[in-house]
Amino acid sequence: MIGVERLSVAIGGRPVLDDVSLALPPGRITGLVGESGSGKSMTALAIMGLLPDGARATGRVDLDGRDLLALDDRRMSDLRGRRIGMIFQEPMTALNPLMTIGDQVAEVLIRHHGMARDAAATVARLRLDRVGLPGARFPLGLFPHELSGGQRQRVAIAMAIADAPDVLIADEPTTALDVTTQAQIMDLLRGLVADEGMALLLITHDLAVVGSTADRVAVMQGGRIVEEGATADLFRAPGHPHTRALLAAARHRPARAQAPALPGPPILRVERATRSYALPRRAPFAPTGHLRAVDDVSFSMQPGESVGLVGESGCGKSTLTRMILGLDPVQGGRILLDGQPVVAGRMPGALRARVQVVFQDPFGSFDPRWTVERLVAEPFHLTGRPRDWQDQVAAALAEVGLPADAMRRHIHQFSGGQRQRIAIARALIIRPRLIVLDEAVSALDVQVRAQVLDLLSRLRESHGIAWLFISHDLSVVRSITDRVLVMDRGRIVEDGPTRRVLDAPESAAARRLVAAMPRMPGETS
Amino acid sequence: MKAGLIAGGALAAVALGAAALSLAWTPFDPTAMSVAARLQPPGAVHWLGTDHLGRDILSMLMAGARTSLGVAVLAVAIGAGAGVPLGLAAAAMRGRWLDDAIMRGNDLIFAFPSLVIAILITAALGPSAANAMVAIGIFNIPVFARVTRAAALPLWTLDYVRAAQVAGKRAPRISAEHILPNIAGTLIVQATIQFSLGILAEAGLSYVGLGAQPPTPSWGRMLAEAQTMVTLAPHVAIVPGIVIVLTVLGLNLLGDGLRDALDPRLKARAA
Repeated sequence: MIGVERLSVAIGGRPVLDDVSLALPPGRITGLVGESGSGKSMTALAIMGLLPDGARATGRVDLDGRDLLALDDRRMSDLRGRRIGMIFQEPMTALNPLMTIGDQVAEVLIRHHGMARDAAATVARLRLDRVGLPGARFPLGLFPHELSGGQRQRVAIAMAIADAPDVLIADEPTTALDVTTQAQIMDLLRGLVADEGMALLLITHDLAVVGSTADRVAVMQGGRIVEEGATADLFRAPGHPHTRALLAAARHRPARAQAPALPGPPILRVERATRSYALPRRAPFAPTGHLRAVDDVSFSMQPGESVGLVGESGCGKSTLTRMILGLDPVQGGRILLDGQPVVAGRMPGALRARVQVVFQDPFGSFDPRWTVERLVAEPFHLTGRPRDWQDQVAAALAEVGLPADAMRRHIHQFSGGQRQRIAIARALIIRPRLIVLDEAVSALDVQVRAQVLDLLSRLRESHGIAWLFISHDLSVVRSITDRVLVMDRGRIVEDGPTRRVLDAPESAAARRLVAAMPRMPGETS
Repeated sequence: MKAGLIAGGALAAVALGAAALSLAWTPFDPTAMSVAARLQPPGAVHWLGTDHLGRDILSMLMAGARTSLGVAVLAVAIGAGAGVPLGLAAAAMRGRWLDDAIMRGNDLIFAFPSLVIAILITAALGPSAANAMVAIGIFNIPVFARVTRAAALPLWTLDYVRAAQVAGKRAPRISAEHILPNIAGTLIVQATIQFSLGILAEAGLSYVGLGAQPPTPSWGRMLAEAQTMVTLAPHVAIVPGIVIVLTVLGLNLLGDGLRDALDPRLKARAA
């Protein structure tokens, strides 16, 4: 049994955790929710004894009567992995790319028990079997790059449970995964907790994930736990205003844009578009295989229309997006933007100016060395920089709710939500007719997400811009699109009004996505 | 971090200042010999002593700084001037024939031991400081091309580079506006390393008699000439050795400090 008692942490004199108490009973899942910076991850790091340098902690982290805060680093690292396991958010970076998956799982056992290599490999095999990576398809000698994101996360879980720890801490374990994979991973974690009787601390900003998984939930704000209780009770009757605000934001539906799709020639026509990649040869002189990432895709969009493009990771939606943006060449078929063909690398500026993009990662979308003013003005390259460009930048920033003094600052001075607003301002500045939003809100907290969705809805109404919304999050797609395209293995398998597709999916892929969608208690769909 | 920048800047400034000052003034004529005053230890008249021909070591070091630093600066300029654009082009054309051509050309140069080829070049063109500079510079080209390409490659997959592409910018412009400033830190550090290696390479070439020719003073030649007297008058070897070490150290500190000072993200963290 592990518990945190009256834990307070200050870094450089600034308090980051304030009087946090939390019990993690065995065989139970405890959810820890809150916005970024509320102290969720810091609580996990304190339990792991991995607080950053210069952090001062008071209170107790109790494991079977021992205070972990009082242990020195050597004793603590002995407990880590053996008694406390941890799963991180990013399965792409949590594994060592140069070690086989078998060695990585076995390493934990060798490190803690001095187990012989063969014995450790045997246990590693069992653990990988347990997390759904059977030996026939997933031999121990595989390297991380040979696995998908979900499979890598399974390996990370196998490492965390290799030594059957008492406590498992999962920090946003599914945020980087698509919905169907997320559902499978959550199933796996639930099964492990039930079978092995470990305590699971599930840290996430996704209330739907917590609502459908955790037994108890603690809500954090500003380093404090503001409310704690059984999941069903807390979702039904939240006591604290912050909990109510989080729930409201998660259930938030932006006001539907009144402007419907406009008649007339389509803004975007994709006609039998195809793109394939050469696969690595299995043997020398073997014929090169090809992966059809986008396979004979056709659809069109009207001006002012809001269309969702959904599918699991690897279904080809990113490739299709890059083709529409003119970043990847079209190999077969054609893509017409406003009636003119999109040709990668050779698009006249006037045509390119009709489409802009907002990317997923609010941290990678901006050159860290540029000021916001220059960043937002970059698309003027296409149209020629007008004399009053600075006024226009200020106006675009005001439109997304940022003050004019943001212009002189660098991007690292803004939060994730603010950055995403800046990205939208950059996309709007030259008044394109189509904006592609590539998972543009998946990285945001629920409250910020609600604000950004409202903003998008409003802008669509006022400017008549068409949105192409690429996402694996169906609840977002439902709230903001009129029509949805479902993609599976490079093909569009379903195309229809959003409500109809989500309520009565026809294709197998769409049914899979809808079934995997995490739901908040009390939410029908 | 700040302390490193200041210390490095001070050391580099002393070396550059001494080189500049030597144009106008040195305590003694660095080429004037005085057999009577030979191998004097550091003292009141000759602050750093004299060598086996009675030349004032401080004066020789000041005048030699011109040769050594000049050769190293121009060698870095040649290497970076040709190597960085090649590396940027290779990264922009990643996976295509131009990338392959540039990188295989690099391998070709890398395949030869640099000092041996530098000796070959200076032997063929005649030993002089200018030819040493060209020889060292050629070997800096693939170093800069490789470092540039390796640092630029991951940036090409970032969203802000895609955003620039969506804004209609082409590879040369993106390389200049987005890629180069963001790899500048790496390149500055590499430049200071190559600069230090340039000083050492010049010293090495002069040591074997293929760099600066007498009577032009150079740090490398001073070391070479001091070699036979190292037990008799150790200061003749130690003083130029320490000067080379301190200059190289100062340049490395300066490079690290500059890299951090030029990064707006690190600036904010310190504030």
